[in-house]
Parts: sequence; C-alpha cells; structure tokens
Amino acid sequence: MAKTKSKIPAVIGKYEKEILEEWLNTQLKSDNLRPDLLKESELRHQSGEFLALLKNALQKDNLTDIELAEWEPMRSFLIDITDQRIARGFTPSETATFVFSFKQPLFTRLKKEAGDNAQVLADEIWTATVLLDKLGLYTTEVFQKKREEVITRQQDDMMELSTPVVKLWDGILALPLIGTLDSARTQVVMESLLNKILETGAGFAIIDITGVPVVDTLVAQHLLKTVSAARLMGADCIISGVRPQIAQTIVHLGVSLADVATKANMAEAFQQALAMSGYKVARSLE
Amino acid sequence: MEHIPVIKMGEFLLVSIQVDLHDRMAMALQDDLMEQIVKKRARGVLIDISSLQIVDSFIGRVIGEIAAMSRILDAETVIVGMQPAVAVTMVELGMTLPGVRTALNVDKGMELLRTSMKRLEG
Amino acid sequence: MNASYSGSNPHTQRVIDINNDDDMVQVRCVARNIARDLGFSLVDQTKLVTAASELARNVAVHGGGGAVAIDVLQTAGRTGIKLVFKDRGPGIEDIELALKDGYTTGKGLGIGLGGAKRLVHEFEIDSRPGEGTQVMIIRWK
Repeated sequence: MAKTKSKIPAVIGKYEKEILEEWLNTQLKSDNLRPDLLKESELRHQSGEFLALLKNALQKDNLTDIELAEWEPMRSFLIDITDQRIARGFTPSETATFVFSFKQPLFTRLKKEAGDNAQVLADEIWTATVLLDKLGLYTTEVFQKKREEVITRQQDDMMELSTPVVKLWDGILALPLIGTLDSARTQVVMESLLNKILETGAGFAIIDITGVPVVDTLVAQHLLKTVSAARLMGADCIISGVRPQIAQTIVHLGVSLADVATKANMAEAFQQALAMSGYKVARSLE
Repeated sequence: MEHIPVIKMGEFLLVSIQVDLHDRMAMALQDDLMEQIVKKRARGVLIDISSLQIVDSFIGRVIGEIAAMSRILDAETVIVGMQPAVAVTMVELGMTLPGVRTALNVDKGMELLRTSMKRLEG
Repeated sequence: MNASYSGSNPHTQRVIDINNDDDMVQVRCVARNIARDLGFSLVDQTKLVTAASELARNVAVHGGGGAVAIDVLQTAGRTGIKLVFKDRGPGIEDIELALKDGYTTGKGLGIGLGGAKRLVHEFEIDSRPGEGTQVMIIRWK
C-alpha cells in the first residue's frame, strides 16, 4: 500500500501532448521500427490511443492490478493491436516494445517533476516500470494464446480433412478410416460422423477400418461408443475391415458381437446396408 | 405447471419436447402419455427430442420407463431426433437406452412404427 | 511479480441455491450460458451441463438441498469451468461404491455420480456420513 499517491496520473494528465510527441519521436528513431509493416499514421494513432486509455485507466489510481475493470478498455486495445501485429508479421518482442518504449518519455517527464527529490523519483520510476512491464507482458501473453489458437484450429482442420465421410447411397454413409486412431482423433471422427448422419438423414453408416494398423482396446472402445451414439440417433453402423485380432479385442471388451454388425470388407458392408434399406440390386442386360 | 402436449397422429401419439425438462414435467408427461395411450387406443408413441439439449440419467430413466410401460399397454415407443452432442454424452454416461427404439426424425419414426405393426399383424 | 492471467479474473463466482427442480433447471441454464460464452464446443457444453444436472439432482433429491458455486478458471492459457456442489444431507458412507455404475439408493439408474465423473476432466468428492457431501468438477476448454 503506497503511503502517498503516485504522481504519475497527474503527470500524464498534465503533459499528455508533450509525452506523446516525445514518445513518437523515440519510436520513429528506434532500430525496432517496422515502417514496412506499420504506417506512421497508424503508429501515431495507436500511440495516441494508448496514452488516452492509460490516462483514463489511471483515474482510479490503480497502478498495480491491470485485471480490474478500469483497465478493461486498455486490455481490449492491447489485444486488438497484438492481433493486428500478428497478422502483419511482427514478432512478440516487437509488439511488446511498443509498450516498453513508453518508459523513456515518461521517465524523462517524471524526472523533471521530481526535481531534486531522488527518493520520490526512484519510487515513481519503480511504479511506472512495474506497470508498463505488466502491460507489455500482457501483449506477449495474448500473442502466445493467439498462436496456440491457430495451431489448434489447424490441427482440427487436418483431422477433419483426414476423416472424410462419404455418401455411398441415399441414406448410406461410409467412413473409411486411415492411419492411427488416437483418442483425440477418434473423438473428432465420432462427432463428424454423427453430424453427417444428422445432415444427410442417413440410416446406415459403414465404418471401414481396413486402413487402421493398430486397434487396441482404447480404440475399440471409441469405435463402439460411436456405434452406440449413432444408434441412439436412429442410425445403424456396420464396421467393415475387421481382422481376426480385432474380433478378439471386441470380445475381450466384453461386448457381445451381436450388438455390433461387422463385415470383412466395405463391399459386403455396403451390400448389407442396401439390403437392410430395402434395395435390391438388379443388372440390366440391355 | 405446463404439461407437454400430446398430439394424436392417426394411430400414434406424438410428443414434442421443446423446453428444458423439469423433473416434474417429465413425470407428468409419463402419466399423461399412459392415460392417452389407453384413451386414444394408440398403437405407437413418438417422442421428438430434437430440441432437447440435455438428457441426463433421470430423463433417460423416464424415457426407458415410458417405452416399457407403453409396451405393456400394447404400444411401441420410438425416440426421434436425438442431437449428436446428446448422443455422445449419453454414451459417455453409460446410458444406451436398451429396449428403446430410435429414429432420425418423425417421418422415419412413423415408418418404423408402421413396419413393426405390419410385422406383428403378419 | 508476474503479469500473467492468474489472480483475480473478470468473472465473478455465481452461487445458486438448489432445493427443487426449478433450481436444477437454473443450474443447467447458467452452466450452459457460461460454457457457451467461453467458446466451449457443443459437445463439451453438453457434457458439462449434463454432469452438472446429475450433481444438482443429487443435491436436491438425496442431499436435502444445498447449493453450487460456479467459477471460471483462467490459468496458464487454459480456460475452464469449476462447479462445487455442497449439500447438508446424510453424506455417503462408501464413496467407492457410490461411484460404481448401477449402484443406487433411490429410484435412479445409479449412474449419476460415476457418470458425472466420466463427463468431466477433474472430479473430487468429499463426504462423510452425517456431514453432507461436497463434489467438485472441472471441465477445461
């Protein structure tokens, strides 16, 4: 708890214009500047906004906790400019430097205000440093989070692409699975199949596992869960491409095979689905 | 307390659950259905849950009971329109509703009922 | 001193009393809204709300009434929802037994507690006969 109120809010309030000008000059002369990625007019605009938001947030005299409501507009602004900089190709450091570079003009002004009082100056510089560090690091955290979101989204897209659901016939879908099935992928597969069943109104789904090298108990469990879920929705599943080892796994799981329709290959599964849908295949001799 | 309306569609009864189901409502539905099956001599019951976002173990039990009870009253029950997210969750919960027939939508449900009735009448 | 997200977060805790089935619907509604606002996938939302429904029912029907406290968790870049259910009921004598599928003291299917556990990422239960029950669940995004 500070014994005396910090002078920083007052200083920023009184010398806003001068501080802004000095800050812009510092930024424009810096080695870090990226005029190729950010126009000068944009930099001016953003610096002005930062300062205005800072001034407003400081009205509540809270220079320590940037999670509180009064700092919300500033946090929001920092998220926006970080988003923009990510899109333009800035590094996390370059983005944080935008905030850190504000220290110099602020300290210069604080020095003028403190005059000879070294203790006051030291305290104010410390308070300012801690605050601006927090704001600068906030941009880094946002940067990180955004990057992670992109990676997750790309992973999801890849998983979607690698598990296409195909319509074989009216009301009959096929899901040819290829590659290793881990827990995450199986979840995606399950949801994508169920959604397709809903979308197309299919009564049958053939899950072909010919291309899946390893089916352990976990994978088998997931497959069976998919079959159960589809059944709850009103669709029947046939698992095709079942090798003897897989049959063993299913039995060891304690699931009676009568509950799960299985076929050796997709062709047979398709024939069965057609028959159960009431279709008869006839060959025209014309 | 509002009761869920039970609509007569030919020989079948249709119930469309549109709202988040209170426990009381579920029990009331059960009573209403049994009463109506007898009154209207219904041979089948269609329960449309396409708007239901949650089916927990209690609702699951009620559905199971409705199916069992209607069978005793000589009517088949078909649950239609379960949402994928609900299906996934129910399976995770361990609720597979054995003995309850399901269909994708009301049309398919009615088809199912008609075929099964035809089969019974031979 | 760190400038990370940990510490106070902009979401305040919500406490909902659970004494009847209207309250249970409230719990489902609030949990659903929070999960949706946080961007949870539909399946994640459904799993969380269903687990909450099971536990809320336990509180209302077996626990003689109680409440749930809902918190949003934001730590190290992960977002999650935490629900803590408390009741003043008779408590559970054998927790392991209670968690087993098929076990029921009442008219349930007996999968409420164990089922709820399967639907969430973290699950903790604290109960003693005569001292009520507390169940904590967390589902991460």
